[in-house]
Amino acid sequence: MNARFHRAAMTAVLLAAGAAQAEPSSGLLLAQPCAGCHGQDGAGQGATPAIAGLDREAFLEAWAAFRADARPATVMNRITKGYTEEEAALLADHFASLQ
Amino acid sequence: MTHLTRRRFGALAGASALALSSPALLRAQTAGRLVVIGGGFGGASAARFARIHYPDVSVTLVEPWDRFITCPYGNLILGGMKTLADITHSYDGLRARGVEVIHDRATAIDPESHRVRLEGGTELDYDKLILSPGIALRWGAIEGYDEAAAGIFPHAWMGGDGSQITLLRQQIEALPEGGVVGLAIPANPFRCPPGPYERISMIAHYLKQANPTAKILAFDAKEGFSKQGLFQDAWAELYGDMIEWVPSNQDGRIVRVDPANRLFVSEFGTEHRVDVGNVIPPQYAAAIARDSGLADESGWVPVDPRSFAARMAPDIHVIGDASLASPLPKSGFMANSTAKIAVAAALAELTGSAPPADPVYFNTCYSHAGEDYAFSVVGIFRPAEDGFAETPDSGGTSPRGPLAEMAETRALEAEYADAWYASITQDMFS
Ligand SMILES: Cc1cc2nc3c(=O)[nH]c(=O)nc-3n(C[C@H](O)[C@H](O)[C@H](O)COP(=O)(O)OP(=O)(O)OC[C@H]3O[C@@H](n4cnc5c(N)ncnc54)[C@H](O)[C@@H]3O)c2cc1C
Ligand code: HEC
Repeated sequence: MNARFHRAAMTAVLLAAGAAQAEPSSGLLLAQPCAGCHGQDGAGQGATPAIAGLDREAFLEAWAAFRADARPATVMNRITKGYTEEEAALLADHFASLQ
Repeated sequence: MTHLTRRRFGALAGASALALSSPALLRAQTAGRLVVIGGGFGGASAARFARIHYPDVSVTLVEPWDRFITCPYGNLILGGMKTLADITHSYDGLRARGVEVIHDRATAIDPESHRVRLEGGTELDYDKLILSPGIALRWGAIEGYDEAAAGIFPHAWMGGDGSQITLLRQQIEALPEGGVVGLAIPANPFRCPPGPYERISMIAHYLKQANPTAKILAFDAKEGFSKQGLFQDAWAELYGDMIEWVPSNQDGRIVRVDPANRLFVSEFGTEHRVDVGNVIPPQYAAAIARDSGLADESGWVPVDPRSFAARMAPDIHVIGDASLASPLPKSGFMANSTAKIAVAAALAELTGSAPPADPVYFNTCYSHAGEDYAFSVVGIFRPAEDGFAETPDSGGTSPRGPLAEMAETRALEAEYADAWYASITQDMFS
């Protein structure tokens, strides 16, 4: 099977399966590094707080406070400054959607 | 790989084209085959992420060792704060998720026929390949430093079977009273920019209790280093004059070692006698990346900044330390972060969907400088014109300040560092 044909065939298989593939959304991709400290899906790990299920408004309030150096932080002040407002909103939606 | 070997390999491989993957896995996973080479920070993260989010893709992980010993937190063994068991991880969690884990070494990749050959003779066909084989040490780049020399002057810069970090720990425990520990530290780029300095700190932490008149001489091929101010503050606060750091502009570059006589020899010919020698030699991408013709003359693999596809072979995504991706640091967290973007990019193409729109690459490296004393550096990066760029006005290091004012923050960061280690290893292996 040549590569191009193969790819087309794979796409066809997927479409036939009703696109069952759960492709990661931008929010889920953006949220990946958070799991490097906050545990799986933001469940919390050791001293690092849980962020799963945080209410959207509470999340954005905390985020803005870190970003403005208005809330004591060891790292989140430096992390929040690396993201745009749109990205912060995607992250807020993502974590709010987790139980 | 030369053209000749590639053709020969192709001919050999032809016979067993469609082998592999157990029937059980093939049943549901018909959208394509992802093969991952290397079960470390990049590879394990990639395999796990792909298995969770792409149920229709089969995932095979190739890794020679049957358990993974992390480099991160290895320095804490030297400090007497952790044991080898604390940093050893099993592949059972990945197997339980349905990743096919093969304990073998990849010896050849044929980008044209999309095939990987393993040392044991198995051949794997892939639609997309993730390659995260880490580094190799440049034996001989420091004259006299070869594999045999590493049995006397350990590098302890790769996890492997854990024997290197164990040897270094034993040597430091056996250091004569008031003896000298020498370190030789390479120029950039190398695995884990703050790693040597965390190591110096952890050795000092142990010696302060066990052998307080001992000295640590750190010879550096650079004039400056990661989190330098924070480390030097900590050394002065915690260890007095135990540590001497010798930069390259003060003849700190070690160019020759003589393990039999326990000598480090500098660029300008100064001989330093050490009782214990930790040589961290210059590095390049692991052999499989270079032998497959993916690396450039630097010895690292140039990649597309949006997908980590190798410039020389677009269906092979090279992540982690093996990639040439400055200013992204060669760290475990970065390998984990790039793994997921690479998987999403590779499998988007395979499944006919859009690749990640605006990838963000993320790093935080914690360093322990003493008991209840850690600090961090944060870096958030994005694709840029023909490379990568750090996001302006973000990230950076923990603040400096007198210990009396900073003690609480340093202690908090030591706790958060432990949470990082637990979280990131879950994200690789659970
Ligand atoms: C002392 C020290 C401390 C560190 N501390 C930190 C830290 O605190 N935080 C942090 O983020 N990073 C840290 N790092 C850096 C981190 O270890 C590396 O950046 C990370 O391991 C890179 O991931 P990788 O996947 O590229 O390579 P690795 O994690 O080394 O994984 C590569 C894997 O590929 C396998 N392999 C190689 N060749 C083949 C082949 N031909 N076939 C199959 N498999 C193969 C190897 O056996 C290995 O398991 C530290 C490093 C050191 C040395
Ligand atoms: C390097 C570790 C680390 C990473 C990575 C990290 N965090 Fe945090 N996070 C912390 C720590 C530690 C705190 C406590 C505040 C502080 O010290 O900065 C925190 C606090 C928070 C809080 C406040 C929680 C509360 O209950 O008040 C939010 C929200 C948050 N983080 C979101 C995120 C998101 C979203 C990401 C991913 C983009 C992320 N964090 C990535 C370590 C991390």
